[in-house]
Amino acid sequence: MLDIKRIPIPALIGIVLTAMFVLAAIFGPLIAPHGNGEIIGDVWEPMTAAHWLGTDNLGRDLLSRMIYGARITLFIAVLATALSFSLGAILGFSAAVFGGWFDTLLSRLVDLLMSIPTLIMGLVVLSVLPSNLVTLILVMGILDSTRVYRLSRAVAVDINVMDYVEAAKLRGEGSGWIIFREILPNALSPLVSELGLRFIYAVLFLSTLSFLGLGVQPPDADWGAMVKENKDGIVFGIGAALIPAAAIAMLAISVNLVADWVLNRTTSLKGGRG
Amino acid sequence: MADSKAKPGLLLDIRNLRIEATVYPPGEPPKNIVLVHDVSLTLEKGKVLGLIGESGAGKSTIGLSSMGYGRGGVRITGGEVILNGRDIMKGGKEGFRKLRGREVCYVAQSAAAAFNPAHRLMDQVVEATLLHGMATRTEAEKRAVALFKKLSLPNPETIGERFPHQVSGGQLQRVMTAMALCSEPDLIVFDEPTTALDVTTQIDVLAAIKDAIRDTGVAALYITHDLAVVAQVSDEIMVLRHGRLVECGDTRQIIKEPRQDYTRALVSVHEIEHAEEKPGATPFLSVKNITAAYGGGNVKVLRDISVEIYPGQTLAVVGESGSGKSTLARAITGLLPPVEGTVTFDGRPLANRLADRPKEDLRQLQMIYQMADVAMNPRQTVGTIIGRPLTFYFGLRGAERDNRVKELLEEIEMGQGFINRYPAELSGGQKQRVCIARALAGKPKLIICDEVTSALDPLVANGILKLLLNLQQIERVAYLFITHDIATVKSIADSIAVMYRGEVVRYGSKSKVLTPPFDDYTDLLLSSVPAMEIGWLEQAIGGRKMASAGH
Repeated sequence: MLDIKRIPIPALIGIVLTAMFVLAAIFGPLIAPHGNGEIIGDVWEPMTAAHWLGTDNLGRDLLSRMIYGARITLFIAVLATALSFSLGAILGFSAAVFGGWFDTLLSRLVDLLMSIPTLIMGLVVLSVLPSNLVTLILVMGILDSTRVYRLSRAVAVDINVMDYVEAAKLRGEGSGWIIFREILPNALSPLVSELGLRFIYAVLFLSTLSFLGLGVQPPDADWGAMVKENKDGIVFGIGAALIPAAAIAMLAISVNLVADWVLNRTTSLKGGRG
Repeated sequence: MADSKAKPGLLLDIRNLRIEATVYPPGEPPKNIVLVHDVSLTLEKGKVLGLIGESGAGKSTIGLSSMGYGRGGVRITGGEVILNGRDIMKGGKEGFRKLRGREVCYVAQSAAAAFNPAHRLMDQVVEATLLHGMATRTEAEKRAVALFKKLSLPNPETIGERFPHQVSGGQLQRVMTAMALCSEPDLIVFDEPTTALDVTTQIDVLAAIKDAIRDTGVAALYITHDLAVVAQVSDEIMVLRHGRLVECGDTRQIIKEPRQDYTRALVSVHEIEHAEEKPGATPFLSVKNITAAYGGGNVKVLRDISVEIYPGQTLAVVGESGSGKSTLARAITGLLPPVEGTVTFDGRPLANRLADRPKEDLRQLQMIYQMADVAMNPRQTVGTIIGRPLTFYFGLRGAERDNRVKELLEEIEMGQGFINRYPAELSGGQKQRVCIARALAGKPKLIICDEVTSALDPLVANGILKLLLNLQQIERVAYLFITHDIATVKSIADSIAVMYRGEVVRYGSKSKVLTPPFDDYTDLLLSSVPAMEIGWLEQAIGGRKMASAGH
């Protein structure tokens, strides 16, 4: 089915980089040369053969921290995106199919949530609730699901008036079949492209929260928190803060390269193959 | 017009035209396909050549090549297009720019889509004339108004001030013809100008185009798939198939003495014999005094409709767009619950709302749509599309279901090999057949056919009608057949209801409805169907009792 030679080069780069990040995250403890909180040297040592990326503000091995950071960053971002997509898409499709007061109620509620800036909302909620991974994922997922809701509702409204959906309704099919078998497969393309984008927003949002001190709590650190820990070094010409920042950028670009390619493959309305 | 150094009389001379395109099939390397194989044609000044063929025959592609244009990546790779004595393919971009809109103009199929909705009609009509610096604005507008008059548009002085959405489809098509004529070109390419119109409107537009061609002495390429239409306007006809020339000759020869089998099939396409059945004792579905409305009861689209359908027979509902035929189907299926009136099925009343009907009632009443393309989920295979009603209504699964799907595929005269295909991998006719199989899968008593053949080529449509009649014999299923095409009605109906502005104006058995004396509307409808006769147009225009609404 999938011929590697026919994957365009940008997508190939994206796949390789993404796979690298994912593998690093999964096998983190095996790959990392040192422990996450282990102090192995001086503060902000330069890159050497022993410590490939140097050390951070407490003298911990930056490469090891990066690998452990990938674990946390990806874990939270993936779960938050998954939550926001399942929640947003299912509610959005249902709103389009059921219409009426259900749609109105849900849409106004989403408008209400969206009218408050996400970051401020996130900061307020997280400063009240206990700071742990579950709340973090829930808050990020729910806040992001409003965007997914809007998109999937808009897409589903268009699909809902197609003749094949009407045919299914005339047949007497229930909402479940209409949502998951008639609408979902045809709404997948815009959703996949949104998925790539939303995942990156989740990474960035998490990094922002951590940078502000409300995200992942020390001694664990995601990449955003690592930027924060090392930001003072920039004044002294030490690039330790730039490495997690570059990792965030690389992840963002590579995931989107893959998403674009998937989108290109699936948007051709020529049919269900591929 | 123009710097004519041509041989006297000869305007357009296309020699060995070859047109290619690159296609990108999914899962395969891109490949080159030839759309037009070495077609040659000549056209004299003031003459009309009809290009006819089914979709994909290359008729539009050839028509557009006369202005050096290839639609969507199509390339003219061989041959010469000689217009007014020079090969336009050698003129380059600058040459095309001088040519288009000045020597050759184009009238598109869907005027509604071809006009820019943001500009007034007049600005668009005179645009090409002004751009080529052939007249001042006042002169051009004067000319346009004269053309509006000639094309018998209402309020010719002021219609140019309107926006495209403020005039009807038939009027818009005539405005577009005026636009093409305004710059006084030598050649106009008409690309299916009446296909999207109602029959009653088509006749007006056709007459207007014919008069305008005669009076201005312009030459024309008239592209259509309807042989009866082209017979009215053209001097010569060229029959095309799969990008190859089938037959070319003058109009009389083509429709009276066709030489090729394919042309013969096209000429005789409407002839299906269907003996009318007498209505049985009791109808199994009767619609009583139905009134239906949109917009919360404010806009009444159906008024007091009563019709009856007998087992195993066909009721045809005929009328122009906006007459409420499709709304009647929606009212019967429960998609649009009627405001008043009842639908009785098998002696018991049907629930008005779709949601209140039991599964059994839904199974008995199936529907086939006009556009088979959008009536099937593009992400489901033929097996799923036909198999789902089997699972849903009868609980068939696995091999049992597959066997029944295969039987149904045989019944609709398609092989079992289609079971794993996606809709996009089928032709237009095959798609409609799959839709028929999906409707049949529920073993219904009634199938509502909503314009099922109007999006198809004549020969394919013919095949679908024959299939429907065959299936009626085998399965004893009744049809409610909605159409605007009287010819289709003649070949399939047992009884007919003629609808006009939401009311049934004539109803009864086929023989009764189609026997004079007619009421005014039925007369208009019947006389508007193009007959494969030369001179039919003039007769029809002269003989009708009521003017069409001009939609």
